[in-house]
Amino acid sequence: MASRLLLHLVLLLCCAPLLQGVIVKTKALFAGRVGAPLLQPYRDLARLFRKGFVFSRTTTWVFRAGPVVGLTVPLLAALLIPFGALPAPLSFEGDLILFVYLFALARFFTAAAALDTGSSFEGMGAAREVTFSCLAEPTLLFALIVLAKLSGGLSLNSLLGPHLTTAWRGPYAAALGLILVCLLVVLLVENSRIPFDDPNTHLELTMIHEVMVLDHSGPAFGMILYGAALKLMVLGALVVRLALPWQTGSWFFDALVFVGGQLLLAVLIGVVESIMARLRLVRIPQILIGTTLISIFALVLVLR
Amino acid sequence: MSDAMAIMKNGGSIPLSTLGVLPYADFAEALLFEVAEQGRVAAYFAVPAAEETLELFAVIAKDWRGELLLLRSSVGKSFPALTPRCPQLHLFERELAEQYGVVPEGHPWFKPVRFQSSYRSGLDAWGRSPQHPVPGDMEFYRVEGEEVHEVAVGPVHAGVIEPGHFRFQCHGEEVMHLEISLGYQHRGLEALLVGGPHRATLAQLETVAGDTTIGHGSAYCQILESLAGVTVSPRAAALRSLALELERLANHVGDIGALAGDIGFLPTAAFCGRIRGDYLNLSAELCGSRFGRGFLRPGGVAFDVEPALAAKMLQRLAAVERATRGAVELFFDTPSVLARLEGCGRVSVDAAEGLGLVGMAARACGLTIDARLHHPVGAYAGGFDHVVIEDAGDVFARSNVRRREIYDSLAWVKGLLRDLPAGALAGELPVLTPGQLAVSLVEGWRGEIVHVALTDESGRFTRYKIVDPSFRNWSGLAMALRGEQISDFPLCNKSFNLSYCGFDL
Repeated sequence: MASRLLLHLVLLLCCAPLLQGVIVKTKALFAGRVGAPLLQPYRDLARLFRKGFVFSRTTTWVFRAGPVVGLTVPLLAALLIPFGALPAPLSFEGDLILFVYLFALARFFTAAAALDTGSSFEGMGAAREVTFSCLAEPTLLFALIVLAKLSGGLSLNSLLGPHLTTAWRGPYAAALGLILVCLLVVLLVENSRIPFDDPNTHLELTMIHEVMVLDHSGPAFGMILYGAALKLMVLGALVVRLALPWQTGSWFFDALVFVGGQLLLAVLIGVVESIMARLRLVRIPQILIGTTLISIFALVLVLR
Repeated sequence: MSDAMAIMKNGGSIPLSTLGVLPYADFAEALLFEVAEQGRVAAYFAVPAAEETLELFAVIAKDWRGELLLLRSSVGKSFPALTPRCPQLHLFERELAEQYGVVPEGHPWFKPVRFQSSYRSGLDAWGRSPQHPVPGDMEFYRVEGEEVHEVAVGPVHAGVIEPGHFRFQCHGEEVMHLEISLGYQHRGLEALLVGGPHRATLAQLETVAGDTTIGHGSAYCQILESLAGVTVSPRAAALRSLALELERLANHVGDIGALAGDIGFLPTAAFCGRIRGDYLNLSAELCGSRFGRGFLRPGGVAFDVEPALAAKMLQRLAAVERATRGAVELFFDTPSVLARLEGCGRVSVDAAEGLGLVGMAARACGLTIDARLHHPVGAYAGGFDHVVIEDAGDVFARSNVRRREIYDSLAWVKGLLRDLPAGALAGELPVLTPGQLAVSLVEGWRGEIVHVALTDESGRFTRYKIVDPSFRNWSGLAMALRGEQISDFPLCNKSFNLSYCGFDL
């Protein structure tokens, strides 16, 4: 138990910033540039954690709670989800609901911290983030229900268990394929990636997630960036496990498959970001409703 | 002998004494009549005359006749505003009020333009205290309501751009109204030019807007040549046109890259940034400055293009053209890009005409306004027939005008380099004609640049008026945002890409 917990945390805490580096590198290669070194995100975090705190006098403890919750939640959520074939250290019936709503808790605190600054930009960003997350939530839940139906259990460990390898070959492969696409969209929305949001833009009026954290700096901003990297990896674990459901039997090779899958996912995100323009903001809800319908259809396929 | 109205050509000049001073009522009627008869107000400005009176001058462009009409009047402390009947005058009349402390009575939105002190001390149209006004210190148009909120952006922005304040009245994500307040970079340029030309005048005019060096520089050179009564040689005219089109290419390519950057379309954003540098480097081949500084001289140009240099530039241009076409076509071939551009930030042709938009922004709305076509001088006379018109008036149309102009300019530049006419580079400029008025129009990359100069009895400038295309097009951006999503503002703004300092002067 203790060693499983340790392995989980080490994998998460060490690899998460690397994924950001891989995305940036992939995008740079598409743009014909050399790009920042792969390990740059680690240096950025180290730089931010060396700085001091700056807080506006108009803010309260809510503003300070945002980054802390934003960093803690992905850590807690990581304990509930299996990393590839490595089972989750914490598991109980119905933990999938906790998994989904832990992220909602983080969002609540980030949005509250944004509103606490009283800036009109941050309020706008918070409104957008909450709206889009609301619309992404049904997709995620329906996708998890499909998995629950296939596995017969209600914990993430059984949902993403070894039966997936056979399920891909069975009659429900189509449903799995559909929810894989849906989860990929949710991953991009939740992590504010192109085509839904642009993590690199400096245009405050078009931002969604970035504008909510404009007022944070130093270690608080470092926590937000680290939290975002962890979140990408934790949500990515869902997609990676679904796409590469192999069991090797050895914890070392299982971890290798998992990390390899995460790196492939990061490359995929980089490719999507390189070949697509951002969507207009009004189109995002339409796409999210579309993925909800697709995930409902996947549920119909497995209930048939 | 004096006429009620003078008719002249671009780059021409008339003795001031031949232009009659109309009573204001007649002046107003004549101005409104000519604007209604397919005219546009190209410039509208005042010159202080005898005590407490101002002389008003209006330059009306009659595009399809290739003519410029001049009207002159005289007013005292106030006069009835023409803006309600001719909206394109709205900024010009506010500018008059700010510069000379006169009041255009009945102006529907009477506010300062640049927050400068009046040229005539003690006279202020708003009765403000004599100390220098604070830019942006004023009331903005407000929409009240339960769910209405106000968003203020700038003057300090998140990117490295010029300062300007934007005030949005929003209902949720929808913009009901946008008001733009500039003037943070007011340098007092027009006041500096009075008494000129000095040795620094050319350098000052090259930096009216930093990205339009050749545009404003050639407008100034044309003024001086017209006042001195010289014509430039065909070779110098061709070289000016070459520099002007290289400036257009660099800016249009840079703009398409910036548009791609705004919508997160990486490849074009990255490539166009580099390719823009290639065009700037071609300008540097001409004169050593990437922005064309120091290339122009009144009377001609300062540097020649030898056959060897022309061959080298053609060779480099071939490679740059391939890269440009690749990056630009990739942008316009990507469905997610088109989905983002089409239907965004639409300006109707009526609004564009009413507000007197010029340049790319006007051509994207279906208006045929291009000084190279209608008021050609130098290399463009008789040779330019490729005006680019789009009619949708949205961000896509403004981008597509750029794309098509890039290809046209490339062909034009290659044509010039292959066959440069012979002639002297620059001649000596005799003294300027005294008591003269000269008008000069240049189609810069952003649009029509208008310079007007008046000389006194010793041939010195008594007034030098600059109208940058940005001065007329900022209102177009405000209109484009009506009913749009506030998140589309940066994209709309970039599609106009107006100059702040060209407006602020």
